[in-house]
Amino acid sequence: MKRMGLFICHCGTNIADTVDVEALAKRFKSYPGIAHSTTYKYMCSHPGQELISKAIKKHNLDGIIVAACSPTLHETTFRKVTRNSGVNPYQCEIANIREQCSWVHTDKEKATEKAERIIKSIIEKVRLNEDLESIKVDVTRKALVIGGGIAGIQAALDIADSGYPVILVEKESSIGGHMAQLSETFPTLDCSQCILTPKMVEVASHPNIELLTFSEVRKIDGYVGNFKVTIEEKAKGIDWELCTGCGKCSEVCPVSVPSEFERGIGKRSAIYTPFPQAVPNKPVIDVVNCLKIKTGGCGLCVKECDVESINFNQEPTYREEEIGAVVVATGYELYPILNIAEYGGGEIEDVIDGLAFERLLSASGPTGGEIKRPSDGKQVDDIVFIQCAGSRDPEKHLPYCSRICCMYSTKQAMLFKHSVHNGQPYIFYIDIRAGGKGYEEFVERAQREDGVIYIRGKVSKLYKDNGRVKIVGVDTIANKSVEVEADLVVLAMAMVPSSDIRELANILKVQTDQNGFLQETHPKLRPLESTTAGFYFAGCAHAPKDIPDAVSQASGAAAKVVSLFSGDYLQLEPTIATVDEELCSACRICISVCPYKAREFDEEKGIAIVNEALCESCGACVVACPSGASDQKNLTDKQISSMTTSILKETEDN
Amino acid sequence: MKEIIYYPGCTLKNTAKNFEDSAIACAEALGFKLRELEDWYCCGTVYSLTSDDLMHHIATVRNLLRVQEEGEERLTTLCAMCYNTIKRSSKRINENEDDREKINSFMYEEENDYQGNVDIIHYLEILRDEIGFDKIKEKVKKPLKNLKLAPYYGCLLLRPLEVAIDNPDSPSILEDLITVMGAEVAYFPFKNECCGAYETVSEVDFVVERARNIIGNAKRNGADALIVSCPLCAFNLDNRQKNVSLKYTDFEGIPVLYFTEALALALGLDPEVCHFDLHYQSIEELVKEIEQ
Repeated sequence: MKRMGLFICHCGTNIADTVDVEALAKRFKSYPGIAHSTTYKYMCSHPGQELISKAIKKHNLDGIIVAACSPTLHETTFRKVTRNSGVNPYQCEIANIREQCSWVHTDKEKATEKAERIIKSIIEKVRLNEDLESIKVDVTRKALVIGGGIAGIQAALDIADSGYPVILVEKESSIGGHMAQLSETFPTLDCSQCILTPKMVEVASHPNIELLTFSEVRKIDGYVGNFKVTIEEKAKGIDWELCTGCGKCSEVCPVSVPSEFERGIGKRSAIYTPFPQAVPNKPVIDVVNCLKIKTGGCGLCVKECDVESINFNQEPTYREEEIGAVVVATGYELYPILNIAEYGGGEIEDVIDGLAFERLLSASGPTGGEIKRPSDGKQVDDIVFIQCAGSRDPEKHLPYCSRICCMYSTKQAMLFKHSVHNGQPYIFYIDIRAGGKGYEEFVERAQREDGVIYIRGKVSKLYKDNGRVKIVGVDTIANKSVEVEADLVVLAMAMVPSSDIRELANILKVQTDQNGFLQETHPKLRPLESTTAGFYFAGCAHAPKDIPDAVSQASGAAAKVVSLFSGDYLQLEPTIATVDEELCSACRICISVCPYKAREFDEEKGIAIVNEALCESCGACVVACPSGASDQKNLTDKQISSMTTSILKETEDN
Repeated sequence: MKEIIYYPGCTLKNTAKNFEDSAIACAEALGFKLRELEDWYCCGTVYSLTSDDLMHHIATVRNLLRVQEEGEERLTTLCAMCYNTIKRSSKRINENEDDREKINSFMYEEENDYQGNVDIIHYLEILRDEIGFDKIKEKVKKPLKNLKLAPYYGCLLLRPLEVAIDNPDSPSILEDLITVMGAEVAYFPFKNECCGAYETVSEVDFVVERARNIIGNAKRNGADALIVSCPLCAFNLDNRQKNVSLKYTDFEGIPVLYFTEALALALGLDPEVCHFDLHYQSIEELVKEIEQ
């Protein structure tokens, strides 16, 4: 017979105001199996933990029930206390009487009665709990970072600097991501390239980083600490081992098509590097536009290449790597202008998106930093920035705020004014969200020093008129409709996850949210981790964020990876599924329902076994098993049955 | 010949007779027949927008019941106001059993209950989805060459979203029709601006300003005529040009044609269906040019 101790927390007034904790402690003194029952103001505090520890020893307890907040908060805390007091930690369980009781009720009498039932059910669980030991698995101390934007770069550098090898996979031919396209950054107006390119070079030269650009992850198997990943190195048309990056091939290539990096404002050749500071600074061939591939003619680049590195018949190669953890940093794209018909839907040449305007501002951009209209190259005098183009519009476009647009439009308006002194920038906004360090001051400065005119209201229509663009909108402060004529309109298009994130999420078996961004385990307490163990997030693949936040998150994700790698082995939760070999009828239903591929068929034994390292304790197979062969440790059918019985029994009594 | 029941509404029997006559003639030329609904009622025009205004839908439901009694499940209209009113009512009554029951019990002198199975399609939808613009192109006899036409949608075919016959912010059905008729489509960002609607009764000056802006935009973009699909738009943009000229002496007018009138001319039908006298801004020059 177990000797159980019950420790009820007041949580200051959080619980005690709504639940009569003293009365409960008293009532449970005589409950079968309870050897000790008490309360304390803050059970999680040091004296609270001491109190539990002393009671375990004094009353010789071998089962501990802490009635307090959610187990996601302090289960680990109290299990540590239990272990340090000489009792198996899995004999300690939390009865959640805060989130599931005191916080959601007001009637003290009824709340106390509900808390009593919650506690009873947990007592019944502990009564049948077994001693368990955590599962130990080896860990491959090598990380995979997917995405070579600023978030991926930072995560890779931090992990590599801690001494662990990293493979950085980027689908484009160069790392740098969108940050490489930016002119200057808010709120300090640092030159984006100047702060980014040294980091790009550091990645390329770091002894612990293997950089695989123009590559994509195709397959991943295994479990936390022990993944096997297949990476495709796409056909570049050029042998990079031989290529010296001299750039002569791009110079002679006669093809001229809109450059993706320049957002269509500038041109590039068919054999190209996306930008001069690319890392690695080696070209790839655009197979769609290459004349040699299209027509069989041309071949000028082949003649020009001194090292004979060009190979039009190059095939993609695949390689397998063993890794222990993954950081997903696949970034964002802009919601297409084509989707917003009321803003011209991409038909008006002088209506461009924010990234295209960055290229116009950039000293290394297609206009050398001169702000010229795309339609005819004329100078821009009046410029209008429109916020929330696609964001915060749940009826027609996207429901969420893209977070960075208020700030970057302010920055762009300011930089415009610095470039065109007589020009006039206008910003149409819903409200200005400047919640970052130095951000509000930055917006103030744009208004005061640079004369940016902010108009609070939505734009209803944009159209071409007399060679300019007319903007019709409403000023909701002055309460009247307004019309502005501009030479250029910049739309702060919503940020959306990169287009292939769904495909990648399927390969990685990580969840995405309703907007396609990666889903974290807990929005507050575990914001860097996927619900699938071993996957961490950095940057805009998780949600729209600015550079400081993306970099902070990347360092956080890297720290998580490093902490995973720093132990001798990984400790996994032992409360996993089990199988009764006698009862298993080999129907394999469990294999089909397991989301983690933890159930597999043992041909020799003829039964469906559990891979202990992969099992995430979700219980799906236990529920699905038609012959009752599957069970879950410390949450057995028997335990669930006695827990529910204890709850229902009391209902009858009352 | 394919037949479809057709609901004319009041205006098409009076000031918009040209809309009706040209539409009937075009239908015949394209191989389908508009059979007028017998014993039709007022469409209901502008009904109250409150949710407890169920009884205001009764006129529409009687019309739908007439269609049902003729053993049909489809009804077409030309007037954009009729289309909008009947479509919105029918959606509500067809999709909501409680409302249908209430309204059926109110119509206690009707022999039959309305079952909620009649669907409304606009004439333009028949052209696009059933005849097909390619087929129409084959039947064009007098392509509207050298003409630049500005498609004007107004609001009633496009809003609210659930009754829209095309993308409300970027419609293309009239543009596509203009193209197969052989004319050039004018860039016309004011195509879905408000014409002023019923303000024309009490706030003439408001409508004058709207008409001037809309027509001014069409002219600035080189349009030779406006193509419309709504008798109220036609009134505000054609007849009200008289008031615009009185206020702005330098105002230059523009002919306004129903899309069916332009189509009739392109199909080489008798121009008489256009009832020249029903136009304020003369279309005779335009017709002459096409006929040559």
